[in-house]
Amino acid sequence: MQRLLPHPLLTIILAIIWLLLSNSIALGQAALGLLLGWAIPFFALQFWPDKLKVHKPLTLLKFSYILLHDIVEANFIVALRILGKPEKLRPAFIVVPIDLNSDFGMSILANTSCLTPGSLSALLAPDRKSILMHAMDVEDVDAFIHTVKTRYEKPLKEIFEE
Amino acid sequence: MNIVLEVLLSVLIVTGALFTFIGSLGLARLRDFYTRLHGPTKGTTLGVGCLLIASSIFFSSQGDGLSLHEVLITLFLFITAPISAHLLAKSALHLKVESLVPLPDEAIARKNSQHKPYQTLD
Repeated sequence: MQRLLPHPLLTIILAIIWLLLSNSIALGQAALGLLLGWAIPFFALQFWPDKLKVHKPLTLLKFSYILLHDIVEANFIVALRILGKPEKLRPAFIVVPIDLNSDFGMSILANTSCLTPGSLSALLAPDRKSILMHAMDVEDVDAFIHTVKTRYEKPLKEIFEE
Repeated sequence: MNIVLEVLLSVLIVTGALFTFIGSLGLARLRDFYTRLHGPTKGTTLGVGCLLIASSIFFSSQGDGLSLHEVLITLFLFITAPISAHLLAKSALHLKVESLVPLPDEAIARKNSQHKPYQTLD
């Protein structure tokens, strides 16, 4: 099973992407999508040595909702800051310690932090224990770290690692 | 196409254009390289999002069935924007590009130049 179908989840996602690309839901396209979704993971296997498992689909759904909400909010906040007084911004580099162990979890966290208000991931420490982030306007560094950890890291850890 | 739909599409397109513009304006208004990265990565996601929703609604209303491949553009944007920002920030740190605030611990940067490939997120 493991050898015949290395990444079942990836197969489904790729099939859906194929359907979206071809912009149709014809049976033929679905079959082709599944075929591609089955074949591509074999070539990409080296990039995905870990098995990807979603432990709590509901948390994932909730996380996606929070993320979407934050992305919209981030757009407004950043727009206001650009239109406001850029001299008054207090940018900072912040080292955020992370507890995630999986590559995928870390990638998502770094990716998320970039889409959400005021932060940008800049560097992953070589020991993989912290991510260096750049914040656009930060008042309280500890509060910033706390937000990242509780709002994004905790659900990610629940979804991909527990 | 009825008037309600036309108004809705116009509003979406104008909002989208506005956000994209503000995001790009950030490049001119913000004051150092690192803060400038924030404008185009965040300010534009909603902008492009609005334009794509408008496109999706327009083509769906043309009678050729639902048009959803715009969703993919959004998805790719969400994946690529943070990665390019991450890489830009990383190379800027490596080159010690000037910043309004003190650059983070030099040690991180030095260690980073010695580490093996494929150890970092990118």
